[in-house]
Amino acid sequence: MSLLHAVIIFPLLSALCSPYLQRMTIRIHTGWFMLPVPMLIFAYVMGKLQLVQEGDPIQASIPWIASLGISFTVYLDGLSMLFALLISGIGFLVVLYSIYYLDRNKEAVGTFYAYLMLFMGAMLGVVLSDNMIVLYGFWELTSISSFLLIAFWFKREKSKYGALKSMLITVFGGLAMLGGFVLLYVMTGTFSIREIIGNVSAITEHALFVPAMLLVLLGAFTKSAQFPFHIWLPDAMEAPTPVSAYLHSATMVKAGLYLVARLSPVFAGAAGWFWLVSAVGILTLIYGSYRAMKQTDLKAMLAFSTISQLGLIMSLFGLGSAASVYAGSTESLFYVKATMAGIFHMINHAVFKGALFMVVGIVDHETGTRDIRRLGGLMSVMPVTFSIALVGAFSMAGLPPFNGFLSKEMFFTAALNIMEMDVLRMDVFGILFPVIAWVASIFTFIYSMVLVFRTFTGPKTFDKLEKKPHEAPIGMLLPPLVLGSLAVVFGLFPNLVAYTLIEPALAAIHPSVLLPGQQFDASIHFWHGWTTEIFMTIGVICAGTVLYRLHRRVKLLHQPLFSAVSLNRTYDGGISFLNLGSKRITDCYMTGSIRHYLIYIFMFLIISVAVTMGRVSGIRFDFAGFAPMSLYEAVVIFALTVSVIAVPFARTRMMAVILTGTAGYMVTLFFVIFRAPDLALTQMIVETVSVTLFLLCFYHLPKLKKEAETLRFRLPNLIIALGVGMIMTLVALAANSSRSFESISDFFVKESYNLAGGKNIVNVILVDFRGFDTMLEIVVLGIASYGIYALIRLNLDGDEKSATAP
Amino acid sequence: MELYMSLAIGVLFTVGVYLVLSKSLLRIILGTSLLTHGVHLLLLTMSRLKTGAAPLLGQKADAYVDPLPQALILTSIVISFGVTSFFFVLAYKAYQNLGTDNMEQLKGDDDE
Repeated sequence: MSLLHAVIIFPLLSALCSPYLQRMTIRIHTGWFMLPVPMLIFAYVMGKLQLVQEGDPIQASIPWIASLGISFTVYLDGLSMLFALLISGIGFLVVLYSIYYLDRNKEAVGTFYAYLMLFMGAMLGVVLSDNMIVLYGFWELTSISSFLLIAFWFKREKSKYGALKSMLITVFGGLAMLGGFVLLYVMTGTFSIREIIGNVSAITEHALFVPAMLLVLLGAFTKSAQFPFHIWLPDAMEAPTPVSAYLHSATMVKAGLYLVARLSPVFAGAAGWFWLVSAVGILTLIYGSYRAMKQTDLKAMLAFSTISQLGLIMSLFGLGSAASVYAGSTESLFYVKATMAGIFHMINHAVFKGALFMVVGIVDHETGTRDIRRLGGLMSVMPVTFSIALVGAFSMAGLPPFNGFLSKEMFFTAALNIMEMDVLRMDVFGILFPVIAWVASIFTFIYSMVLVFRTFTGPKTFDKLEKKPHEAPIGMLLPPLVLGSLAVVFGLFPNLVAYTLIEPALAAIHPSVLLPGQQFDASIHFWHGWTTEIFMTIGVICAGTVLYRLHRRVKLLHQPLFSAVSLNRTYDGGISFLNLGSKRITDCYMTGSIRHYLIYIFMFLIISVAVTMGRVSGIRFDFAGFAPMSLYEAVVIFALTVSVIAVPFARTRMMAVILTGTAGYMVTLFFVIFRAPDLALTQMIVETVSVTLFLLCFYHLPKLKKEAETLRFRLPNLIIALGVGMIMTLVALAANSSRSFESISDFFVKESYNLAGGKNIVNVILVDFRGFDTMLEIVVLGIASYGIYALIRLNLDGDEKSATAP
Repeated sequence: MELYMSLAIGVLFTVGVYLVLSKSLLRIILGTSLLTHGVHLLLLTMSRLKTGAAPLLGQKADAYVDPLPQALILTSIVISFGVTSFFFVLAYKAYQNLGTDNMEQLKGDDDE
């Protein structure tokens, strides 16, 4: 147990207290009690900055299930620290924001903070865990708490739909990831990520390497809303805005990115990893930015923007993985730049997207709508909000002097660099990367402009709004203000984060790239000189402005290009298809008719026994040693066969009963012939009682309808019956023909008198050698008689038809 | 002898299964009782027939038939008797309360 463990457990404990705090305090918003939690964590992690920067990670372990190699191991290196700071820092601001956003008299704030703290603890657990199983546990906990938070307003139909959708998709990915982890365990014999990274060379040639990689990537892509698993994110916007800002822009959706970065040292040497991560990322980037332009709801626009930015970071991580191909050479440092750009943009994105979500929340809170068709002209009434929105959107669009400009430049650099790679077939497809990156940047520019200018400029049409808009309270403005200023500060002084955060994170992602004694050069220059990237940015601004102008008039980019192919429709259709399909299939065989079920059972019996007999070689049919048959026996067998065959043909019920009784008496005769006196005695009595009982039950039954008594002939029944009969005959013959060892009955014969003092061996077996069977058999009879008594006497529904009621 | 016994067992099973697959509750019970006979004869046959005297030590015979299957069958006869009588009464009550013995009409509702 170390303080690092406490970092994870502390939010989880506060989640437990939160609902009680709301009940016990009358006037104070529960959020104020929760505010210190992320603050303390942030302070603690900040305190470790120096240590981690010097390449001295913190590791601590608590044994959990030692026999399975599962221990609760926490590990703080550059990458974990970056995420932990993002989670706790933005968490602090979000809690502050939510205090003003959620009305404590109208909302269940205790529950809200319980979920939020649960999420925070889970997220910290994901980024700090070294053990993969523990990581998976926290991973699913983020899915669950996200599910709870999306459905926070659980009386709305859309909230529940969104929550379910995100749950299904992320848990699907989570399970795939677990599969990947298990495969990694199979290959390496450890669940510790640290040890696996130390043992990479052993697994790269393994046959399970590629399946493990695909499964892990499936988990990362679903969580980080990559194409085509992004569909849950826009529907998750039904959550309260602080949740959207925290989970669905800054933290949870970056869990997939964390996973990709964390396992990069394991998989990055493979070309499949490079191609999958880069291609899925770049596809998500262009698709998300295209769809974002079409949205009219501000939060939906931000959701697609998040998808697209996540795709950007993902593709950068993919491009950066090329460094492992050149591991050890100076050339690899060239590609590390891509990873560096990814990390830097991840920080930037968390900053400006958090601010933008909070701005949208303020607009929603103060005007009552998020629809850009109804908004406009808010600039003069909400100047502070407008300024923050302007900074956030310009940063998102990649304009100087904000931080987004720098990361976009670095992104272009990485995309251009990748064209020069001579391995991994980059010479052919390399050109696609800068082109798509450039077009996606134009789209990004357009929706960023739409976001700001459609909301804040233009004519004032306040009479259509539900509320009279005015500036938000200071507490609500403070968190986005902090984030907005950070966007400017990181833009002007990027090296603030470059040396402290990005360098240690790079060292964690690319442990094998550095030669001993080498240092990553993570300095970010604001001005590179007149490079290609600058011209690309100028091109983005020019083309974007022109298109934005045209876009407002002719809806140039609103063509129904993708409306025909809707992934949501595929998802909805798939879900209802699964529902209907499984119902149809179940209805198909679960008919409710006992005859059908018996047919399945008998068919299974016939087929399985027949196949086994055909396959197993030890079965033979050997008629030698069979006893001869005398005339009496022939007569009895004949009588038995005839009476049995006659049963189905019996016209009356009476006849059938008597024929069955006859068969029973023939069996008694067999017992006599085959020297079983006790059996004969018992069988005769039992048969007599049975027949009597049968007649009692059914002959004297009142009001019995005179039905057609003959059995209707059915061919399938006959075929199955014949099959079972033949199988049983074969079983009987095979059992007779092969005897693998001597019977133990010699013992009974020899010792019956010596040990038990009885001469009737069967009786001695029943009450002495195997008396236990007999006792339980008596119990069975007892239960049956009690059951019968209860059946006859008990009449709970007071049915007057009962004839035997006293 | 074992060959013919096996064939007879086959007949017992065939008719028993055929009856069990029928619609009438009554015939299903008759079918189960035929199946029981089949099983008992199968147990007996599998231990070889007519290999000695009845398993009573007073007979001073050289060889006795296998006593163990007989003990097993005896147990089985009693248990199947218990179960069969319970079935009889259950079927009888089903008749009384539901007014039918047709299995197709005794199906549950679709909603269940």
